[in-house]
Amino acid sequence: MKNLLDRFTSGALSAIGGIGRAVMDLGAHTFKVYNLLVETIRWVVIGPFKKKFVKSDAIFSQMVFTGVESLIIAFFVAMFTGVVIAMQTAPQLATFGGTVYVASLVAVSIARELGPVLTALVVAGRVGSAMTAELGTMKVSEQIEALETIALNPVRFLVVPRFLALCVMLPCLTIIADFAGIIGGFIVGVFSLHISPALYIDVTFRFLTAKDVTTGLVKAFVFAVTIAMIACYKGLNTKGGAEGVGKSTTQSVVISFILIILFDCILTGIFYFTKV
Amino acid sequence: MDDREVIIKAEGIHKAFGENQILNGVDLEIYKGETFVIMGGSGCGKSTFLRHLTGALTPDKGRVSLLGKDLALLKEAEKEDVLKKIGMCFQSSALFDSMTVAGNISLPLREHTKLEGNVIDIVVKMKLELVGLRGFENLMPSQLSGGMKKRVGLARAIVMDPQVIFYDEPTAGLDPIVGGVIDKLILDLSKKLSITSVVVTHDMNSVFRIADRVAMLYKGRVVEVGTANQIKNTENELVRQFITGQPDGPISFMQTGDDYLESLTK
Ligand SMILES: Nc1ncnc2c1ncn2[C@@H]1O[C@H](COP(=O)(O)OP(=O)(O)OP(=O)(O)O)[C@@H](O)[C@H]1O
Ligand SMILES: [Mg+2]
Repeated sequence: MKNLLDRFTSGALSAIGGIGRAVMDLGAHTFKVYNLLVETIRWVVIGPFKKKFVKSDAIFSQMVFTGVESLIIAFFVAMFTGVVIAMQTAPQLATFGGTVYVASLVAVSIARELGPVLTALVVAGRVGSAMTAELGTMKVSEQIEALETIALNPVRFLVVPRFLALCVMLPCLTIIADFAGIIGGFIVGVFSLHISPALYIDVTFRFLTAKDVTTGLVKAFVFAVTIAMIACYKGLNTKGGAEGVGKSTTQSVVISFILIILFDCILTGIFYFTKV
Repeated sequence: MDDREVIIKAEGIHKAFGENQILNGVDLEIYKGETFVIMGGSGCGKSTFLRHLTGALTPDKGRVSLLGKDLALLKEAEKEDVLKKIGMCFQSSALFDSMTVAGNISLPLREHTKLEGNVIDIVVKMKLELVGLRGFENLMPSQLSGGMKKRVGLARAIVMDPQVIFYDEPTAGLDPIVGGVIDKLILDLSKKLSITSVVVTHDMNSVFRIADRVAMLYKGRVVEVGTANQIKNTENELVRQFITGQPDGPISFMQTGDDYLESLTK
């Protein structure tokens, strides 16, 4: 009996210790990601005034990779979401005789919520993972160390172009996704619910305010920073060969997903309570 | 000998990775213009020591001064100024695999100098010629053999005309002739341009071809330093065994000999 009690207490203690350690680890990682962010922003801000800023072709090629190549998938994800929202809400709106409000419902929910979030999730899965894998491979094959010994700062040389490309391209993708979502709703509205195209467009823009779009873009920007920082941090801190690269890449995507949802919740809360 | 200018100085370097004490008080002085060879068994911490010299690792205890400055204490910009004056040829080559051979070699020039593109192209061609790889400019690192990668790494290390070059096993994995060419290149660089070379190698032919002085690392310490001739005729059993490659001697290959049985049956 006593033995059992002992085992129980020691088990409980070690569980508490484990939780404590996990919290400490989380704090330490958060602090390091924050430091990376500060350093990145420092390079972005002071970089242009120094003679050696990031080469524009490095930023450009990252933009092509993050933005242009994600365009089709972001477009279709948002469009199908628009279709789904329209189809699922139409019957309920029909009970009030307000089928035409499908247009505004799709537009507002896509612009405020689903456009930015779904696009960010797509980009985190497609671009964030690739960034982590690339930087992680560079780390484990000593390429990062080689960069440092030829006096090139990895944050300036590798992180800043990726950061800038994401910060520019994710909001752009989000605008396109907003359009795509509205097109998806439009297809259902016009072809299945028999709303006239002019009326659909009119209702859409009567209810969709500039604020809906800008709050969505603020979200997109925050998500871009999150994806870039997590992806680069995980990549630059990869340890232990091919397995380590795989692990970092998975973690990068999982953490980005969780943080995107978390920040979405926080930002929505802020917009809600400040009535923005 | 002691009146020569000391360009690299390591004092009491200690380094442990977790439980594993790798360096246990390494003291070395390397003079300007000499070719200094560091040898020692595989896994004894030569690469780790080299990383301390280039500032990639900071010692747990002890100090490194490179070109008169302690890298651990410098600000980023000052550290970069020192790093621009050194070159490093990595054991694993560490080529940037998203860039071509020419891109790899020209990167320091493109980032740190204001040279025109066509001048840079010429410099790249000259350096590639030196390592015997003219015409390979546009290949990607994944299209090269291990020995070719090593030579591209070497070309990248010397492209900025550094004052000090660190070579981590530059001739390992090369055929004897190319190995000889690389040795000659190291010698030429140090004799003609009075570049200081720090070379880690196991290759005994190479050691006595290039070395002005030699140090032997064993169990985290320097067990012997001397000119190539002193080392060749050393009394030290450890060094003798290493040079001649005898399996029996003070360096036991089965380092955990006694508890071997125990660890088998545990
Ligand atoms: N980042 C690291 N983390 C943990 N242990 C390490 C790390 N780097 C090196 N070691 C350990 O340090 C020891 C020395 O490694 P190092 O690469 O310096 O050896 P070396 O003398 O260069 O060997 P070789 O001649 O085979 O290249 C090894 O036992 C290795 O396990
Ligand atoms: Mg080594």
